[in-house]
Amino acid sequence: MKITKGVVISEPGSTALEETGSWRTFRPEIRYEKCIRCMICWNYCPEPAIEKKPGEEYPVANQKLIKMPVPVINYQYCKGCGICVNECPTKAIDFVREEK
Amino acid sequence: MNYEDMEFFAPGHRACAGCAAPIIVKWVLKLAGPNTIVVNATGCLEVFSTPYPHSAWRLPWIHVAFENASATASGIEAALKAMGKKEGTNIIVFGGDGGTSDIGIQSLSGMAERGHDVLYVLYDNEAYMNTGIQRSSSTPFGAWTTTSQVGPSKPLGKEEFKKPIADIMAAHKIPYVATANPAFLPDFKAKVQKALSIKGPKFIHTISSCTTGWRHDPSKTIEIMRLATETGIFPLWEIENGDFGHRKITYMPKQRKPVEEYLKPQGRFRHLFSEPEKIKEIQKMVDDWWAQYEHPQ
Repeated sequence: MKITKGVVISEPGSTALEETGSWRTFRPEIRYEKCIRCMICWNYCPEPAIEKKPGEEYPVANQKLIKMPVPVINYQYCKGCGICVNECPTKAIDFVREEK
Repeated sequence: MNYEDMEFFAPGHRACAGCAAPIIVKWVLKLAGPNTIVVNATGCLEVFSTPYPHSAWRLPWIHVAFENASATASGIEAALKAMGKKEGTNIIVFGGDGGTSDIGIQSLSGMAERGHDVLYVLYDNEAYMNTGIQRSSSTPFGAWTTTSQVGPSKPLGKEEFKKPIADIMAAHKIPYVATANPAFLPDFKAKVQKALSIKGPKFIHTISSCTTGWRHDPSKTIEIMRLATETGIFPLWEIENGDFGHRKITYMPKQRKPVEEYLKPQGRFRHLFSEPEKIKEIQKMVDDWWAQYEHPQ
């Protein structure tokens, strides 16, 4: 990243060029076979590091849900706060220690 | 048009893990949409959203000092009106509790009195968290901060009561004042949408947990904010046009939980558990407030 004289912001939302995922000590991992696609984790992710993606290609808890979008964690940004783990109604998100 | 699937607040900002402020901001902006100008008082939000040389904002954004965010918003509104461009543009101020209840209250009061068409969103993390957890007028009774220390000669932490900023704003008889909690998201969204649909000054007081200053595990952010409302400490209500007689309680807990459940997980209240009378005092304050709204079945 080139630093300019004075505050010149190259594009709106440019913090997205940065990586905050390195802050993490625990890593949330969604187990899609338990996920009911309620999007509560997406609602509450403070980064937001959880993205809404088309759900056809992910494992699904119930075939009725196959057309619904799924939450996908972007580990470039996830700081590992664990709000999603704590709020998930079906306990479908594991919280595992990051190993180097 | 629905912008809920768009992110106007970019990831990569430097909020602490588990901070509630970005949750509040992202939802307000999702509901407001792209035709929005954001004014940001000094505070955590301003600092973490604009780490040099970046910005997390995908909307026009202006940072001003603690004391003049509302004055700046007033000016933007007046300028847009003068240019005939006001129609459909939302002007939203984000301020912390220091920039709202303490330092910014004069310009906020002026904005309300002059009747500018601005939505003011207070994210109340109950101390000056950005500078290192100093007490503010919004810090609750009994809480530890670095300037309301706890020790043998001063067992309580903060000895004064929290300033009722939302009531103060309602007393200005502005069209809409509400308290909102992101843990109750449908209620939160309804209030922001309602506020955006009304012309004139609007004020929304949101609770915003601070994992660093409240001393709790980052994953408990939403859980603790939910407890704040379920125990009755942070009631959810709205008042229109300063009509205190018709304060509408938007979430009525079936059975209010004891305040201990909210205080216990937070390190800033840890000392209170060796002073049980103080917890009773907090419970009594909460009960007294609710006495006028809870009717025996």
